[in-house]
Amino acid sequence: MSRRRVGVSGVGVVSALGLDRHAHWDALAAGRAGIGPLRLERAADLSFSAGAQVQGWDPARWFDQRALLLLDPFAQYLIVAAREAMADAGLEPADPRLAERTALITGTGLGGQQTEDDGYLEVYGRGRPRVHPFTIPRAMHSAGVSQLAMAIGAGGPAFTLATACASSAHAIGLAAWLVRHGMADLALAGGSEAPFCWGHLNSWEALRVMAPDTCRPFSIRRRGMVLGEGAAMLVIEPIDAARARGAAVYAELAGVGLTSDAGHITQPAVDGVARAMRLALEDGGLAPERVDYVNAHGSGTPANDPVETRAIRQALGRQADRALVSSTKSMHGHMLGAAGAVEAACVVFAMRTGTVPPTANYLGPDPECDLDVVPNQARPHTIDVALSNSLAFGGLNAVLAFARAEA
Amino acid sequence: MDPGIDDLTARVMAIVARSTRLPPGRVTPESTFAELGLDSLDAINIAFTIEDEFQVAIPEDVLKTVTGVRQATDGLRLLLAPRAGAPGSA
Repeated sequence: MSRRRVGVSGVGVVSALGLDRHAHWDALAAGRAGIGPLRLERAADLSFSAGAQVQGWDPARWFDQRALLLLDPFAQYLIVAAREAMADAGLEPADPRLAERTALITGTGLGGQQTEDDGYLEVYGRGRPRVHPFTIPRAMHSAGVSQLAMAIGAGGPAFTLATACASSAHAIGLAAWLVRHGMADLALAGGSEAPFCWGHLNSWEALRVMAPDTCRPFSIRRRGMVLGEGAAMLVIEPIDAARARGAAVYAELAGVGLTSDAGHITQPAVDGVARAMRLALEDGGLAPERVDYVNAHGSGTPANDPVETRAIRQALGRQADRALVSSTKSMHGHMLGAAGAVEAACVVFAMRTGTVPPTANYLGPDPECDLDVVPNQARPHTIDVALSNSLAFGGLNAVLAFARAEA
Repeated sequence: MDPGIDDLTARVMAIVARSTRLPPGRVTPESTFAELGLDSLDAINIAFTIEDEFQVAIPEDVLKTVTGVRQATDGLRLLLAPRAGAPGSA
């Protein structure tokens, strides 16, 4: 099979930092976190009070009332981000290439969680005999990608995968491979998540991984994660094809590394993560010495950050002390199934602008996390190669390697 | 409200509009679901709302025959009839 060089030619983002990629990136570059008090019914009954919720979301801006009957917020975010990515890449919804040769691959950890939560509240909480008939078509994990296909008229392979917090990184990796090997001419890949409903937050609380204050990855006095929501979508296509139609390429999506720790259902393992990083570099034909930036999984839990630090050292060797490492979850929160995609978007913005977004909310060094984690302030930095790490519960690791797209 | 439209028809029209997010003015007593651009999923949603509001159970075979406001109203009238005629009712 021939191998084509694949790049990212369009990006769309919805997050707590803003409703489009510009607002999102401006906040990241300014080191401004989108974390605030939970806006939610019964929030006071939870032991944590912080969330990175999307602000100012008015669905009527993007969807008519009839369409919204069938759109859980996770699908709304996905479609809005995908449309933005297409526009960024100069693609119109009616583009004939969408009809058959475009792949849509999305990740979500939860699917239409709010719809399910609403349904359960009715039958268990309010004692009603039944749930709304649209519960299934709104809540199924693939509802978002199906609605997206309908919205833009995409008739090629379309599916959603769920690997918890690595879902959309797996989606982007698979999309890159499909396009690289000519199985699709173009892909829209990424993911979305909308976890802010009480029943679901209660499950996170029970796991005792939520920070009571805010998210401080790699920092002393870090106390856990803060959930985020939103979506990010990337347009992935052969670099030659993008340039031929005048689209700017953010970066080459050069390598993908996927591994399973085969270890523990919540604890990450150094070897599995390091192996995924090495595989991503090998897949892209990239030497570890070229890595200038790692967008870490960096969830801010006591368990994750030291393990990931050791994995980065194992994979990069001496380069680990030269590369910058940051966790943008400190600003957009942990977007679960959308995390890999929104962080891949962070990486390509960082490469285009020559600015590494910081690890915000940082209080001071933890000896177990002894990397340059770009505390609190963005830093100018020319990036040749960058990695985006996604480490899911259950030990499912996905690492994406990006390289500067040579002219 | 058109004085020629009885109360039950008016309520069904309102349910059709509300549950499908169509402008109320578009729905008439003679509207068919096809004319309104509604499909089988909409019909299920309309039936759900009617069942809720009138506390009735619409059997599957009846639902299949409902293709517009008129049939929905007539079918509902039949479902409500035994109740109206029950002992002790007005």
